[in-house]
Amino acid sequence: MMAKAHVTTTINGDPVEFLCDVEQTLLDVLRDELHLTGSKEGCASGDCGACSVVVDGRLVCACLMLGVEAQGHSVETIEGMATGDRLHPLQTKFLEHAALQCGVCTPGFLVAAKSLLDRNPDPTETEVRYWLAGNLCRCTGYDKIVRAVLDAAAEMRGATA
Amino acid sequence: MRYEAPESVGEVVSLLAGDGPRGRVLAGGTDLLVQLRAGMIAPDVIIDIKGIGETREIRENGDVLVVGAAVTGAELGEHATARAMWPGVVEALELIGSTQIQGRASLAGNLCNASPAADTVPALIAAAATCTVAGPSGTRNVPVEDVCTGPGQLSLGDGEFVVAFELPKPPPRSADAYLRFIPRTEMDIAVVGAGVSLSLDEDGWCTAARVTLGAVAPTAILVEEAGAALIGTGCGDAAIEATAAAARAACRPIDDKRGTAEYRTKVAGVLAARAARTAVERARNA
Repeated sequence: MMAKAHVTTTINGDPVEFLCDVEQTLLDVLRDELHLTGSKEGCASGDCGACSVVVDGRLVCACLMLGVEAQGHSVETIEGMATGDRLHPLQTKFLEHAALQCGVCTPGFLVAAKSLLDRNPDPTETEVRYWLAGNLCRCTGYDKIVRAVLDAAAEMRGATA
Repeated sequence: MRYEAPESVGEVVSLLAGDGPRGRVLAGGTDLLVQLRAGMIAPDVIIDIKGIGETREIRENGDVLVVGAAVTGAELGEHATARAMWPGVVEALELIGSTQIQGRASLAGNLCNASPAADTVPALIAAAATCTVAGPSGTRNVPVEDVCTGPGQLSLGDGEFVVAFELPKPPPRSADAYLRFIPRTEMDIAVVGAGVSLSLDEDGWCTAARVTLGAVAPTAILVEEAGAALIGTGCGDAAIEATAAAARAACRPIDDKRGTAEYRTKVAGVLAARAARTAVERARNA
């Protein structure tokens, strides 16, 4: 039995230490070791985006990264998106636009959409659709999601103008 | 399975070489982790090369642009110099996967996964890129076209790994382009890919051209006859059609769910012609 790896990282701004097996992906660690179950496992092969997280400012699939690779890096998950009880504008707009049904893809869409708006506060619809091409939703048909993202972007621009 | 994150090229070579544990190199992991999960590979040790400075940097060095093995698609895409010098190579890497994949996927991973349909490999070969390969007897420079020998097969020896790529700085009035065909707009694997890199003289005559194809043979192929059909011409319709015909003639594809051999051969000619036109247009404006 191999000893577990000891990993020191930052998650949603907080210093975090965990033990994991080398085989465990970052998604396995988030869900099974740290009980941050907002990130979902859809495909476990990088196709669906339900496990989207941001590592050192880059949007990635947590299922395609080993937990041990988080050593010394900064991870942002869906659990860090709201501020206390105050939802992020994207979360509010997803609710307003009914941009979710079963909800499994929603955390990944929110993390991915926030990563887009952090870089580009005024994306076109085409830019939103291409940025989110790696997030699959089998319920909504995407249209409500895209409208929610564009609406959130408009509101956030207004709030900062 | 062990995980090692060495900080020097020499340590990676030591971990990979000899009769010790079987190691696999990890860069972005977008292929490696899928293969691990599927049980296709069972290495004793995973060697993460991202902690080595040379694998992570993009820098100009004399006549070449050096791109580290583990530089991601997102990073290369944001690099203005790389985009200006080799737009075809950058667009080939950016075609791979989603935004999430772009955050991790690397040139070396795409090359060493050795898929015949890899998007960056035809583009890199068209660009006459070389790899810096480190191994037990030092480092050597290997043309990209000499790395893959078949699906999943590499010419690299025991203990060797790709540290970086060198892309020659193009002469004036030069440009490249890469196109692939997929039956949708995003998130798919090439049915056929075509890369073209060429140079024009002051009067617009083609002085050098390299044409490559992906997904129509066991490895990406450099089609010398297709490049030769452009050289010495003004890249008019007849020359472009001769390039397309040479590209079709070089195809040795298989039938599979993505396309029949006949279809791939036809599309290879279309893409080679379109990529050539795009490269000519870019070179005229370069």
